[in-house]
Amino acid sequence: MAHGAGGKSSRRLVEGLFAPLLYPDSAGPLTDAAQLSIEGTRIAVTTDSFVVKPLQFPGGSIGELAVNGTVNDLAVSGARAEVMTVTYILEAGLATEVLEAEVRAMASAAQRAGVQIVSGDTKVVEHGKADGMYITTTGIGSLIHGMKIDPGLIRPGDKVLVSGPIGDHGVTILLARGELDLEAELTSDTRSVLPLVEVLAEASGPGIRWMRDPTRGGVATSLNELARDCGLGIVIDEDAIPMHDAVRGACELLGLDPLHIANEGQFLAVIAPEYSDAAVNALNLLPGGEDARIIGTVCEHPAAAVLVMTSYGGSRIIDMLVGDPLPRIC
Amino acid sequence: MKFVDEFRERELVTRTAEEIRRLADPARHYRFMEVCGGHTHAIYRFGLKDLLPENIELIHGPGCPVCVLPMGRIDDGLAIAQQDGVIFAAFGDMMRVPGTTGSPLEHKARGMDVRIVYSPSDALKLARGNPDKHVMFFAIGFETTAPSTALTLMRARAQDVRNFSVFCNHVTIIPAIRAILDSPDMRLDAFIGPGHVSTVIGCRPYEWIVKEERKPIVISGFEPLDMLQSIVMLLRQLQSGEAKVENQYRRVVPWEGNRAALKAMAEVFQLRPYFEWRGLGFISQSALRMRDAFAKWDAEQRFEVPGVRVTDPKAAQCGEVLKGVLKPHQCKLFGHECTPEHPIGALMVSSEGSCAAYYNYEHRKTATATMLSQAV
Repeated sequence: MAHGAGGKSSRRLVEGLFAPLLYPDSAGPLTDAAQLSIEGTRIAVTTDSFVVKPLQFPGGSIGELAVNGTVNDLAVSGARAEVMTVTYILEAGLATEVLEAEVRAMASAAQRAGVQIVSGDTKVVEHGKADGMYITTTGIGSLIHGMKIDPGLIRPGDKVLVSGPIGDHGVTILLARGELDLEAELTSDTRSVLPLVEVLAEASGPGIRWMRDPTRGGVATSLNELARDCGLGIVIDEDAIPMHDAVRGACELLGLDPLHIANEGQFLAVIAPEYSDAAVNALNLLPGGEDARIIGTVCEHPAAAVLVMTSYGGSRIIDMLVGDPLPRIC
Repeated sequence: MKFVDEFRERELVTRTAEEIRRLADPARHYRFMEVCGGHTHAIYRFGLKDLLPENIELIHGPGCPVCVLPMGRIDDGLAIAQQDGVIFAAFGDMMRVPGTTGSPLEHKARGMDVRIVYSPSDALKLARGNPDKHVMFFAIGFETTAPSTALTLMRARAQDVRNFSVFCNHVTIIPAIRAILDSPDMRLDAFIGPGHVSTVIGCRPYEWIVKEERKPIVISGFEPLDMLQSIVMLLRQLQSGEAKVENQYRRVVPWEGNRAALKAMAEVFQLRPYFEWRGLGFISQSALRMRDAFAKWDAEQRFEVPGVRVTDPKAAQCGEVLKGVLKPHQCKLFGHECTPEHPIGALMVSSEGSCAAYYNYEHRKTATATMLSQAV
């Protein structure tokens, strides 16, 4: 199970098994989308599967996650999603209303994101499998002009930016499962981040070095991947991280770290310092970008690790997620 | 009052840290033990060590109820759950703790019915909702969690729920502290006392520490300001040559403890003559078992339990780390054979374990990049 949680085990599975066998010729670190040329035209491709319980939750449902997730993977790779394919694996006995609701949700999410769903497939499996439904989407996009995403250019002094409050999605799901006697006014943050990325490209395109959407495993996992890939240190200011009080409170109670919680409508970016102010200002002006903040800096030390500065000038290392976040005992 | 923000207020924390520097005698090396694993984690999480002067050393104590459980007891619990139709229910913290044939999570991946519950009453609810199965709740914890187990058992008896049992591994805190003080390797000046267990047992049970051992103890809360204030209180006592029990966590801990909780515990539990603790050996009168009136809900009486003593691997130094003799990174296996993903002992995976705290927050500040790539 740990291999699906998005943290260390997932990465080992991809690096140790899939990549060497499936993409032996690929060079460089793993990214959210692949870029390739077909007959001289550069495009980006990505695929993602969506497994979530419960299927519907405050703020969204699996259908919206499936569209937005793939749009976002393309966006953080510097691409605008143009078309998408979708496959459904449905559990026998799934109520038609549920399926219809998800298809409608996908249609409207696709329309909002400006992407066309052009092809698909459906399979049905036995009752007891697929948790109702699993969805896979594959997206193809065109490259957004003006961005020069090249992690090789990352230098100490570069700034780390987050597009908005973290932890909303993961905590919403945890509470929606109903296993905890905890209620909060929280909704999933699922949305397409493409409009924000396009504004970012316009305001500071040449300065964008790296982007990622911190889904499973949270901000900490994405930043650790960055740190390991570039060999530099990422130093985060805990006080600067935007977060809703309800997320903070729920995590305190459960003993979870918000930095390990999944997000479905945010992205992280590393921006050259001369462009970082323009980047934040431009995002703050956009509806949905008001809480974008610079949260940290790339440094020489600690090499290949992520350090969080606490409110009092103390610090702690934060690692990738190991397994699933488990609430504590006492 | 929000109860969290106020106790993390930066200005106050800074001033309290300054007070500590003023009070600490530069000619002295202070050794304070924080008994509770929750305090260990708070220290690392908030980077509190960075705020203390060099001559105040914090030693991690054995206050982690998962860590002190010998592997054989995990095996026993899993053995019961191996039987057909049994559901293994436990707190999330138990799920990654290694037994000799794997952790509960690993057993779950191999087909055992393992469920995470957030309280023992959830486990009872699970039993009522699954009449054709048997739910075995793996109960652990100091006196902190024993009262809720007791109340759940009383409810199970009142409702005559037949398909529910408790595998009881509750232990008591005072014998653990006594064992630390009796240990010849230990030289401590004072204690930062456990906050949550004290909400049940109160402050009186610690009086022998100041009377017999002449060591100050301050019962502390878990926020940064709580812990720093407790250290100020300890320094003041040491400066004036006093040794008394003080309660810093007054907003939560009553001096007399929680009568109702203690009453429930007394009704349901009795002390075992002895119990084995990882690292501390066999300690008499240090753990709880269910009274005969509750035998029907005692997993050890309803099921065959292997009861095999399993010693830790020779190279593992869990015991010394638990006693505070070694710091986590001084164990030879730390960060190499023993990591949160491949733990040898519970200290590396429990949310109260000092090895976990150290690994997750601290050690890579001083490690090299090669060690990082090996650890993953």
